Amino acid sequence: MAISGKEREAFEKKLEAYVGLDIGVEDHSRNPINAAMIRQWCEAMGDENPIYLDSEVASGSAHGGIVAPPAMLQAWILGGVAMAAGEDDPADKQRELHRLFDAHGFTGVVATNTEQEYLRYLQPGDTVRARTVIESISEQKATGLGIGYFINTRSVFKDQNDDEVGSLTFRVLKFEGAEVPAEASGDSGEGSPAGPPQRIKPALAHDNAWWWDVIETGELPIQRCAECGVLRHPPRPMCGECQSTDWDFIRSTGEGEVVSFVVIHYPEVPGYTYPLVVAVVELSEGERFVGNVVDVDPGDVSIGMAVQASIELVDDELKLPVFRPVSV
Amino acid sequence: MPTTLKNEAAIVGIGETEYSKNSGRSELALASEAVAAAIRDAGLSPSDIDGMTTFTMDTSDEIEVARAVGIKDLTFFSRVPHGGGAAIGVMHQAVMAVATGSAKAVVVYRALNGRSGARYSEGVSGGPTTSDLIHWSWYMPSGLMTPASWVAMFTQRYMHLTGCTSADLAEICLAQREHAVKNPRAFFYERPLTFEEHQSARPIVEPLRLYDCCQETDGGAACVVVSPEWAKDLPNKPAVIRAVAQGAAGNQESMTSFYRPEIAEIPSMDIVARQCWEISGLRPDDIDCAVIYDAFSSIVLWQLESFGFCKKGEARDFIQDGALRLGGRLPTNTHGGQLSEAYIHGMNGVNEGVRLIRGTSTSQPEKNEHVVVTAGVGIPTSAMILGQS
Ligand SMILES: [Zn+2]
Repeated sequence: MAISGKEREAFEKKLEAYVGLDIGVEDHSRNPINAAMIRQWCEAMGDENPIYLDSEVASGSAHGGIVAPPAMLQAWILGGVAMAAGEDDPADKQRELHRLFDAHGFTGVVATNTEQEYLRYLQPGDTVRARTVIESISEQKATGLGIGYFINTRSVFKDQNDDEVGSLTFRVLKFEGAEVPAEASGDSGEGSPAGPPQRIKPALAHDNAWWWDVIETGELPIQRCAECGVLRHPPRPMCGECQSTDWDFIRSTGEGEVVSFVVIHYPEVPGYTYPLVVAVVELSEGERFVGNVVDVDPGDVSIGMAVQASIELVDDELKLPVFRPVSV
Repeated sequence: MPTTLKNEAAIVGIGETEYSKNSGRSELALASEAVAAAIRDAGLSPSDIDGMTTFTMDTSDEIEVARAVGIKDLTFFSRVPHGGGAAIGVMHQAVMAVATGSAKAVVVYRALNGRSGARYSEGVSGGPTTSDLIHWSWYMPSGLMTPASWVAMFTQRYMHLTGCTSADLAEICLAQREHAVKNPRAFFYERPLTFEEHQSARPIVEPLRLYDCCQETDGGAACVVVSPEWAKDLPNKPAVIRAVAQGAAGNQESMTSFYRPEIAEIPSMDIVARQCWEISGLRPDDIDCAVIYDAFSSIVLWQLESFGFCKKGEARDFIQDGALRLGGRLPTNTHGGQLSEAYIHGMNGVNEGVRLIRGTSTSQPEKNEHVVVTAGVGIPTSAMILGQS
């Protein structure tokens, strides 16, 4: 859960100290701008503009020779294998800031947008270096991914003559995502540090945690009043019929019928596949359950359709009842 | 002597900020500006105000707004839960306070950075483990996490049972846009919408398309409530509150009441409507125009049925002859509504209701003896009837 009160205050005070800081490490091009790297980048991007590739055409252009595509700006300074392996420079204030977020439960990270500005074309032989400043950290935001903070950085790129050639702003969200084991980021060495996106996990507390425990065993439970036998879902602590607080549960057959359904297109939340069908299903025991209908074209789902539940892993960790149409 | 809430209070001032997609200032600033504007419009000064009420979802504390605006001693303050369902719930609080003498002048407000700040379209997310979060945990893992997705579930079922189609929903959107085009406050001022544009817009959550969904807006709106006697001494024509009521039907969840025998209707608004008629002694025929809560186009239909403007399941027929447009049976959401003016959680609708009574709407119907104003659907909800003094 998101930190609150005094703890949050102290955390946000620490965050403030990072705003305006130069991150302390300078990125620089390992090799001068060169035709080979330009050609490979253009091939990968499918860019056939001759001013990047054909020295004859390029020398007849206003540039007088091959130039690098402006969008390559950041590519020249990327850290390569060392960066992909997660080797941090201990002096890097940006890394330090991310670790501070991690330590407070904001382990998720997602890049949200970037803007680049180019002042001149880079030419073979040029070198670039970039210094980065943490421009701002937002207030706490509730996002589709979870509670988090946006971090804006701005990198200024200069050439061998100390003249500015371009700049780049970058915005990432550090969020309190689904629990991501700390080792997942270091050991695997692949994917983003947060691992593949997972579904939003249920919050567990006294009145509902038992239900999710039963789901783990592969059964779909329905709470039952131990006094009068009336079923109830979603679970709650007291029977609305007889006010008894004693209860047990039955195992549903998982057979049901679609009462209504929706096809979600927007927004697309990481961890889910779209278009996403969600239905209210009336189980044969009479209680209703909301879940996904899978393995069906959304256009083929209809009210009254017979469905069958099964308990399945919907991401790396979460088991959930999902429904499939029953062929008749 | 038992008190009813008929004719016990009147709205004498309304105020709002500009409505935008990026206010560039705090929600407290928006709330303070809207409150100050409403007090000014009422012909009062901040020190006349002794009561304040807003939504539990509002981030600006009453006492902070009071300090900012220069409101002095308070004898009444309260909040109403459940998002847009609170918009007339707060009026209910204000009227009760004035009727009982708990306060003499209550300012009601709501301000949000609904576009540049936390956006509701992005869905619900974590927080402390409350009963509310447990509630959402039954839906979020399956991906049902936005207002559009919850309302679409009821809409699909309603369409299935009544034969209502997306073309019917389009009429609601087009009627309201026709109004917004004339309203300089509206996001869609001078920007008309065609039937084809509505039908070809991208689906958000089927069966709802883009223009079936309200906007996300930065802005604030506020109004001032005093007794009808005091209202006589103030500069504006008062909007007298003939009736005001809240309602939450049995087996209610916030936005996800999927467990009632039939989900193609909204029994909470039935309860509210019944009280409005009982308290006011009025009937649907007495109502000349309406402000009907429209976070989504389809919810307008259910409310027309709840208030008895047509029979259950027949709202699509009611609206097809232009009933919601100027010159129709029930000109509705003459400001453009939340679909086309701004989404201020229903409080901009309260101000439009007052303008309709004053005769100052930018789409002013000829008859304006009584106006129904509603708030919220799918949640514990509320409504009121405004009348001439
Ligand atoms: Zn019982």
